[in-house]
Amino acid sequence: MIAILRAAFFLLVVRPILTVALGANVRQRELLPKKGPAIIVANHNSHLDTLTIMAMYRLRDLPHLHPVAAADYFSRTRLLRWFATNIIGIIPIVRSGRDKGGHPLEPCLEALDRGDILILYPEGSRGEPETLSQFKRGVAHLVKARPQTPVHPLYMHGLGKALPKDSYLLVPFNCDIVAGEEIRWNGDVDAFMTLLQARMAELAAKVHVAPWE
Amino acid sequence: MTAVSAFFSTPVHLAIAAIYGVLILASAITAILQRTSPGPTTAELSQRVISWWWMITVFTIAILTTRVVSTIFLAFVSYLALKEYLSLVPTRRVDRGTLLWAYLAIPVQFYFAHEGRFGLFMVFIPVWMFLFLPARITLGGHTEGFLRAVGLLSWGLMITVFSLSHTALLLSFGVGHGHGAGPLLFLVALTQFNDVAQFTWGKLFGKHKIIPKVSPKKTWEGFLGGLVSTACLATLVGPYLTPMPALWSAAAGVIIAVSGYLGDITISACKRDLGVKDSSNLIPGHGGILDRVDSLIYSAPVFFHFLNYFFGTWPAHPL
Repeated sequence: MIAILRAAFFLLVVRPILTVALGANVRQRELLPKKGPAIIVANHNSHLDTLTIMAMYRLRDLPHLHPVAAADYFSRTRLLRWFATNIIGIIPIVRSGRDKGGHPLEPCLEALDRGDILILYPEGSRGEPETLSQFKRGVAHLVKARPQTPVHPLYMHGLGKALPKDSYLLVPFNCDIVAGEEIRWNGDVDAFMTLLQARMAELAAKVHVAPWE
Repeated sequence: MTAVSAFFSTPVHLAIAAIYGVLILASAITAILQRTSPGPTTAELSQRVISWWWMITVFTIAILTTRVVSTIFLAFVSYLALKEYLSLVPTRRVDRGTLLWAYLAIPVQFYFAHEGRFGLFMVFIPVWMFLFLPARITLGGHTEGFLRAVGLLSWGLMITVFSLSHTALLLSFGVGHGHGAGPLLFLVALTQFNDVAQFTWGKLFGKHKIIPKVSPKKTWEGFLGGLVSTACLATLVGPYLTPMPALWSAAAGVIIAVSGYLGDITISACKRDLGVKDSSNLIPGHGGILDRVDSLIYSAPVFFHFLNYFFGTWPAHPL
């Protein structure tokens, strides 16, 4: 039942809106992971980021895609929590929580062990729209724990203009998406984060960025 | 059998059948080229021809159904062009709401076109939106970058909505003359034919560049070859698709060739300033919508006013 609702939501709501109101120019789409275990690392500008990434997959792949999101944000109301965990399939992460026993990244590792694909936004919350902020290191700790997992960088531009943080008004804009070559665990958390940020900056340089101030 | 002969009984249907004939020929030529001289250039050429099949099929369906469907289709093309434009140019966060108002001008403008409200059609964007949008931007309260924001939005709305909406007004023009979609097909087919003809003549004989800083591939040979080819084709088909006799049709062909060329290089200058080669990659082998309708942005209003001035019934034709 949930699976049908999810497929219907993407087929009848998400895809038509994304196609008509946004129109994505996707480059190097073939570099996206076709099956898990894998991690997609993307920059975060808008709620549309997750929907756009998931809409690039087939409907039957949807149950195997898990955006990793802040537990407190998506638990504000029961409806939102139900929608986020069931329809979107997020893995909620407790942001400040090593105190409640259990490692906060444990559910992510379980998903990788099941062969699923994680979607991670190492910038944390949707920061300043359309600017890359410093990455958080959770992704490196995940890959350190599962060193065989490929990490796929994905750069997106334009969605933060269409629906920025704190706005409910969708204004049509084209968006640019560039997928990058996968990177692998290189033995050191700092070195891995440096590599990842450098790759994202390379992808960002491939996109024509219309100034937005 | 009667259905088939009925289908080919109008000039519009015949012209569309002829266009598909040209398409089949183009596909055959690219198929041969891929055998004899394969390479990236040939691959791009055949990708272009494949995209032409799609575009011509969608356009054909749009103009052969009902006028409402045709108008909605043309409005959607206009929307895609405006969205592409606003995604390429610098914008300010504070103007997001204003951009939505600009988008809302599209259904209003195309409604006026569909209803043949000539007066409202002509003043809605150049007068009312022209005054309203800067006022709306002012109410946003940010003066830094104000002039740039107003200038970019006004010009964008004029080229992508006002200019392109003349295609829909041509459909209303046909209503009174029994030509149906004829004048629109004449304009669009000749504008696109002129693009291809200029490209082909330029490739074959191009030597003397017209304006190398904007468009290094545009040559006098290509421009004049395209102009003569377009005028010849216009002379042949004009009397069937429009109320114009042969000589007037030839003049219309020249006007479409010259204005189409100007539209092409104007959008080229715009893209060059923004530092992009194509306006998006919506249409494989062609680029974006703006890359495809660049010539039409100029040829649509120029051809419409030429036709209306000498053969129309709307105001402002003293002859």
